Amino acid sequence: MEEFEPRIIAFLCHWCTYTGADLAGTTRQQYPPNIRIIHMMCSGAVDTIYILKALIDGADGVLIGGCHPGDCHYQTGNYKARRRVGILKEIFHQVGFTEDRIWLRWISASEGKLFADTVTQMVEELKKMGPNPMKKLWLA
Amino acid sequence: MSKSAMLEVKNNDPIGTLRDFFRDLLEKKVVDALLIPKKLPSGDGYCQTLIRNPELLVDVNPLAPTVPVQSARLISHLTIMDPGCKVGAVLKSCEVRAVIELVKFLQVKLDRLILIGVDCLGTYEPSGYAKMSREKGKGGSITGNLLKGAREGKIKPQDGYDLRLACQICEYPNPQNADVIIGLFGHNPQKEIYVELRDGLAGELAEKGILATTEKGSSSRDSVIERLTEERLKRRDEVFDAFRSRVKNLQDLMDALSTCIRCHNCMVACPICYCKECVFKTPTFEHKADQFLRWADRKGGVRMPTDTLLFHLIRLSHMVTSCIGCGLCDSACPNDLPVATLFRAVGQKVQGLFDYTPGRSVDEEPPVATFKEDELQGESGTN
Repeated sequence: MEEFEPRIIAFLCHWCTYTGADLAGTTRQQYPPNIRIIHMMCSGAVDTIYILKALIDGADGVLIGGCHPGDCHYQTGNYKARRRVGILKEIFHQVGFTEDRIWLRWISASEGKLFADTVTQMVEELKKMGPNPMKKLWLA
Repeated sequence: MSKSAMLEVKNNDPIGTLRDFFRDLLEKKVVDALLIPKKLPSGDGYCQTLIRNPELLVDVNPLAPTVPVQSARLISHLTIMDPGCKVGAVLKSCEVRAVIELVKFLQVKLDRLILIGVDCLGTYEPSGYAKMSREKGKGGSITGNLLKGAREGKIKPQDGYDLRLACQICEYPNPQNADVIIGLFGHNPQKEIYVELRDGLAGELAEKGILATTEKGSSSRDSVIERLTEERLKRRDEVFDAFRSRVKNLQDLMDALSTCIRCHNCMVACPICYCKECVFKTPTFEHKADQFLRWADRKGGVRMPTDTLLFHLIRLSHMVTSCIGCGLCDSACPNDLPVATLFRAVGQKVQGLFDYTPGRSVDEEPPVATFKEDELQGESGTN
């Protein structure tokens, strides 16, 4: 049987993680091609609706990338993103969903290597978890 | 600080006595308009009515045992723009708590608002009340029957009818954060009603000869409320436990929500869902045929209308931190989904993360509107 290849939807902030992903490319860092990046202006602009829509439609993981605490271009967007993710994960926990498919990571514009490593690690973890059960959920 | 008085009940008619009290408030300009439940001409229900002419106070019932709509939303309409006069609003505890939340979301302004909270005897579904009132002919004593239990805090619903589940598990039988509190618990409502006033108002009411207050309080009321709250908490936890053992994974949640028809009634009824244009009513969710077909392709088929799970989870993530537990979502649901229990059970834990109690104080920022620098550090994989 073909090995399961997880699909990750990533919401990356323009100022840090998206630029970090760019750096990963220009410095020829290798990382698995399982990720589909959506460019956001700020991690604070990632509403939980984006995360949930991706997961319910069958994404195996969602990565939200923002600036390190204190470094947000808009001062506090990343702290707000962290609250939203915290709230969403607690909801998941309460209704018995796994929250491990949602990753929030701080990756700066200069951390191309960290971006590549994060994606590599996330793909490994998701492979262990197997496909998202919502992938075939016609009733959702 | 607040002051209190005992209102002497005339002719064994607590509702009539309160009606006179409110007539005084209106006639002596303590309030210029009063929002208060008034019996429908059909006699089978109540509706909140904004009253300017004291003559219309006939048939008002501040203790009406129904909540057809959440008054917090009405208060928003009345105060978001300066009403230009003082508006009094007679509300139940859950409605006061919703008002407090809406103040924080800038949907209610307290400046010209006088919150009048009443001890809540619990409420029936409006349809149940209507049926009951037809059975009893006039329905005049439905409130009276509930009132019998006020003194001991042992409220018995009419035989064959239940109070709404949200009321059965409500741990806030008495209103907090109101300018005027009408207290029923711990006293014989045929004889006396406890009234608590915030300091400024106490002076005004004394000056206008409406009510003279002292600083006494009511220990009998306090102890009844304490016991009632304990009983409700116990019942609440039983309901939460039952829900949690029923919903343990994705499939369970899907089963619990399976008969949802995406009517959005829960959202419309919810006082906290205040957005003028909810994302679920925007073109984003007017899917085209090719989108439906693509989903059907990918999943083998797709339920229509779709996005049910998304709808409930998004509503949870957007407003569960401020859910005050009025249960009007339950009342609005045509298919009896356990929406209120879902929101209250999940809300308890999510609110707990931030030590937040919705409706407790206007000074506490709602969790979705603020953050702390040194919190939730595990979320970013850094601890």
